[in-house]
Amino acid sequence: MKLNLKIWRQKNNKSKGMIHDYVLDGVEEDMSFLEMLDYLNNKLLNEGKEPVAFDHDCREGICGSCSLFINGVAHGPEKGTTTCQLHMRKFKDGETVYVEPFRAKAFPVIKDLIVDRSSFDRIQQAGAYISVNTSGNTQDANSIPIPKQNADEAFNAATCIGCGACVASCKNSSAMLFTSAKVSQFSLLPQGQVERESRVLNMVNQMDLEGFGACTNTGACEAQCPKGISVKNIARMNREYIMANVKK
Amino acid sequence: MDKDLKMFSIGDLAEFLNVSQKTIRRHINSGKIESKKVGGVHRIPIHSVRKFLNPNESILENDFDRDINMDNKTSQSFPFQNKVPDGPMEQKWSNHKRNINLVSPANKRLIDVIVVGTGLAGASASATLAELGYNVKSFCFQDSSRRAHSIAAQGGINAAKNYQGDGDSVYRLFYDTVKGGDYRSREANVHRLAEVSTNIIDQCVAQGVPFARDYGGLLDNRSFGGVLVSRTFYAKGQTGQQLLLGAYSAMNRQVNRGKIKMYTRHEMLELVIVDGKARGIIARNLVSGKLERHAAHAVVIASGGYGNVFFLSTNAMGSNVTAAWKIHKKGAYFANPCFTQIHPTCIPVSGENQSKLTLMSESLRNDGRIWVPKNKTDVKKIIEKKLKPTDIKEEDRDYYLERRYPAFGNLVPRDVASRAAKERCDAGYGVNKTGEAVYLDFYSAIIRYGKEQAHTKGLDENNKELIEKLGKEIIKQKYGNLFEMYEKITDENPYETPMMIYPAVHYTMGGVWVDYNLMTTIPGCYAIGEANFSDHGANRLGASALMQGLADGYFVLPYTIGDYLSSDIRTGKISTDLPEFEVAEKEAFDKLNYFIQNKGSKPVDYFHKKLGRIMWNKCGMSRNKDELLEAISEIKKLKEDFYKNVFVPGELFDFNEELAKAGRVADFLELGELFAKDALEREESCGGHFREEHQTKEGEALRDDENYNFVSAWQFKENSEPMLHKEILKFESVKLKSRSYK
Ligand SMILES: Cc1cc2nc3c(=O)[nH]c(=O)nc-3n(C[C@H](O)[C@H](O)[C@H](O)COP(=O)(O)OP(=O)(O)OC[C@H]3O[C@@H](n4cnc5c(N)ncnc54)[C@H](O)[C@@H]3O)c2cc1C
Ligand code: FES
Repeated sequence: MKLNLKIWRQKNNKSKGMIHDYVLDGVEEDMSFLEMLDYLNNKLLNEGKEPVAFDHDCREGICGSCSLFINGVAHGPEKGTTTCQLHMRKFKDGETVYVEPFRAKAFPVIKDLIVDRSSFDRIQQAGAYISVNTSGNTQDANSIPIPKQNADEAFNAATCIGCGACVASCKNSSAMLFTSAKVSQFSLLPQGQVERESRVLNMVNQMDLEGFGACTNTGACEAQCPKGISVKNIARMNREYIMANVKK
Repeated sequence: MDKDLKMFSIGDLAEFLNVSQKTIRRHINSGKIESKKVGGVHRIPIHSVRKFLNPNESILENDFDRDINMDNKTSQSFPFQNKVPDGPMEQKWSNHKRNINLVSPANKRLIDVIVVGTGLAGASASATLAELGYNVKSFCFQDSSRRAHSIAAQGGINAAKNYQGDGDSVYRLFYDTVKGGDYRSREANVHRLAEVSTNIIDQCVAQGVPFARDYGGLLDNRSFGGVLVSRTFYAKGQTGQQLLLGAYSAMNRQVNRGKIKMYTRHEMLELVIVDGKARGIIARNLVSGKLERHAAHAVVIASGGYGNVFFLSTNAMGSNVTAAWKIHKKGAYFANPCFTQIHPTCIPVSGENQSKLTLMSESLRNDGRIWVPKNKTDVKKIIEKKLKPTDIKEEDRDYYLERRYPAFGNLVPRDVASRAAKERCDAGYGVNKTGEAVYLDFYSAIIRYGKEQAHTKGLDENNKELIEKLGKEIIKQKYGNLFEMYEKITDENPYETPMMIYPAVHYTMGGVWVDYNLMTTIPGCYAIGEANFSDHGANRLGASALMQGLADGYFVLPYTIGDYLSSDIRTGKISTDLPEFEVAEKEAFDKLNYFIQNKGSKPVDYFHKKLGRIMWNKCGMSRNKDELLEAISEIKKLKEDFYKNVFVPGELFDFNEELAKAGRVADFLELGELFAKDALEREESCGGHFREEHQTKEGEALRDDENYNFVSAWQFKENSEPMLHKEILKFESVKLKSRSYK
């Protein structure tokens, strides 16, 4: 099939970017969206031109590298799917497709479709851990039973891939879904109790420092999260945050 | 080397250590290297070189290299010790820990360690080294350390916890791993792995890793990969993700304390050796394109496997051999490069533009039956879409695994299942348009489960529709997420029609040679995780790679490295102004600049795909002498073509993905050649390495313990053929036996 691609190109963080038009013929239904971009890049390279830069690695929907705003939707039209798992059979012959980076103040563009998401790492570094050393003498793993329901809920929160779709989809560029998923995971587990208060305070503080916006409960983040992380985590984090402030 | 005296000349030693003759002279003059003058010429005895490289260690005889032919003028061999401690197998590791040198906490603050890689191995090592007090610099090429390839592991992680009370033990895990590896791994390393496996689970739970639990709140296990016990811990289909995020959190804690400095979007391009020791790296900042010098007292390579030499594999797109290959070229031996695991159940290649392959978990073979049509006329009709697989009658199907291996049927090990699929497809029975696919059919299981359900619920067991409905529900509970993933990729509903699968490259058992301390043949340079060779022999068991990565990083390397670093407490900071850094930086620059200046016309991927095709066709699931020889010469030609015609746009000091790819493919081309040589040299079939010349009448693998019971450790030689060294394997605790699945 043939596509009219409108792709954001930007040399670097200092220069201004703009949409470029590409007509791409010969796209196959079985290609993934990223394979379609590979195909475009191969064509550009054969013409001696610079390829379109985009982030990707696992191409299995788990590493969180791929991003892309496709026709105004983070990770494109298929629900619960990352860009790398989106296939071209979801598009029609002759369709016009806009491809843009995830946009947010805290995600500056590096080049073309690649943005800097290191702010996410810094939020995690501010407190998303349990302070336990690797001594080889930790308690036996089965010494504290954890109710299955809590374990499952902690797991569901922990499946966040850190792609940033929640931020890109939110009109306030809020990172609440991302941050709350980690806070939830640890607050649901006995091991996470000791640092429970300092963790939520530090992570929320860092989130604000990075320039992410406030949450106004639109739910856009959950709707476009490729892993279906629930907004219930945000509610839980809000409770944790209030409690921690009260105890402070 | 001078044959009679078994001594090095200055020239030989300089070449061997990859330093200038001037450096050698300097060390001779300062007395660091002992030398004798014979006929007015310097002659350096081997023991003096050993002492120079490993000043702390007393020199012992060992079997590594014992059969190196000293008469061969061109073979400048050098004996390394594998450092396996003496004593009974069960006590080696604890004795060793007791005896190795330690660095005091105050002195650890004076020591810097570089860790290249943030997968399970690198992240766990970085975190633990930092906890211990070392100053750590960690590198990865992704935009966050959390995105390392380990994140994609699905099935689980083994540990000899025996929580299920099914008779598991450290010994059984050890035994299964040695046997599964087809007796080509080093026993002592494997035993240590089995010993520390239990600590891994404790550690991960303490970090908040949400493993699957049962209704009593205790940890759940599943069974995996043809062993007789349930020892696999898991977190749904995302075990790798959860373990990596656990290690990532441990790293984050140390980043916050200032003990780890994280370098994301950085790629290591050279190792820097000063006075024979690894003292730093040259890395390229992938955003600015600038080359950076980083110094340390030791360098740890945790850069993962090299499956992408085949272009198409289940590895992440960025996985590459560059870090491992660069240290190989600086003197680290590369072991068993041809030992590759080809996983039988992956989604087949769908077209020319495919970029990677997707694994369908091994667990599916518990309920799926593998078949192809018996008649070629049916095959043809299926490909032309005139027939559906469900139209093929039972008696017209060839359940070839059940036919060939009645005892194990569809549950034969990975290597056997993969080869059998290839055999059928090569014979013309492949069921998709490329002729490279077989069916994995769940219909029998659906009916079996359906009938069971109907029976227990007291429903009509003869109502076909009802039975199918009930059966599908059970299949959904067991494999729902995999079926969904399959449907997303192929657009076919596997509840209604059998899955199509084909083997794909998945894991590399081979890697950088390391001793018991996980040190390479370069002093101060270590290799851990999939990047090293040590634990899986010729075939890895399912759920053991995650175990090894975390064992190396959390529980082995942080202690063994102290033994080496204890002599560095008075060294002081290593300066990046040393001439060795300048030389290494220039090397890296020249290489990259070549690509930028080369005004070729073909993109990097063109060459990578071509290499992949050679590797897959001639060094893949089965190998023979003629094709391996062809592969070697084809890769050589391709390499020439690559350097002549590759096109890399853009600039060096800028973000430039094509440039990074060109560097990686250049290394894959060199590795590919060594890979083929290794496969050619190993005249036996073992594990994932199947030589057509060495098989039984029934087509089964024929191992040769008399002549090939060794690790092939290759030494790089500039401008000449690589040299093979053999580490003879000793089996003290496990008896050598042949595997049979009939
Ligand atoms: C689809 C799939 C499923 C799997 N499932 C399982 C399973 O269920 N159980 C199991 O035990 N095993 C499984 N495996 C195998 C297992 O995942 C890997 O062997 C293991 O994760 C490798 O870990 P690692 O730490 O050695 O390397 P990796 O996780 O590959 O990490 C490599 C790191 O090195 C960095 N790096 C590489 N080169 C450079 C360079 N030049 N400069 C800077 N940084 C560099 C990368 O950025 C990355 O951080 C699976 C593998 C695949 C492909
Ligand atoms: S590339 Fe890893 S999630 Fe898409």
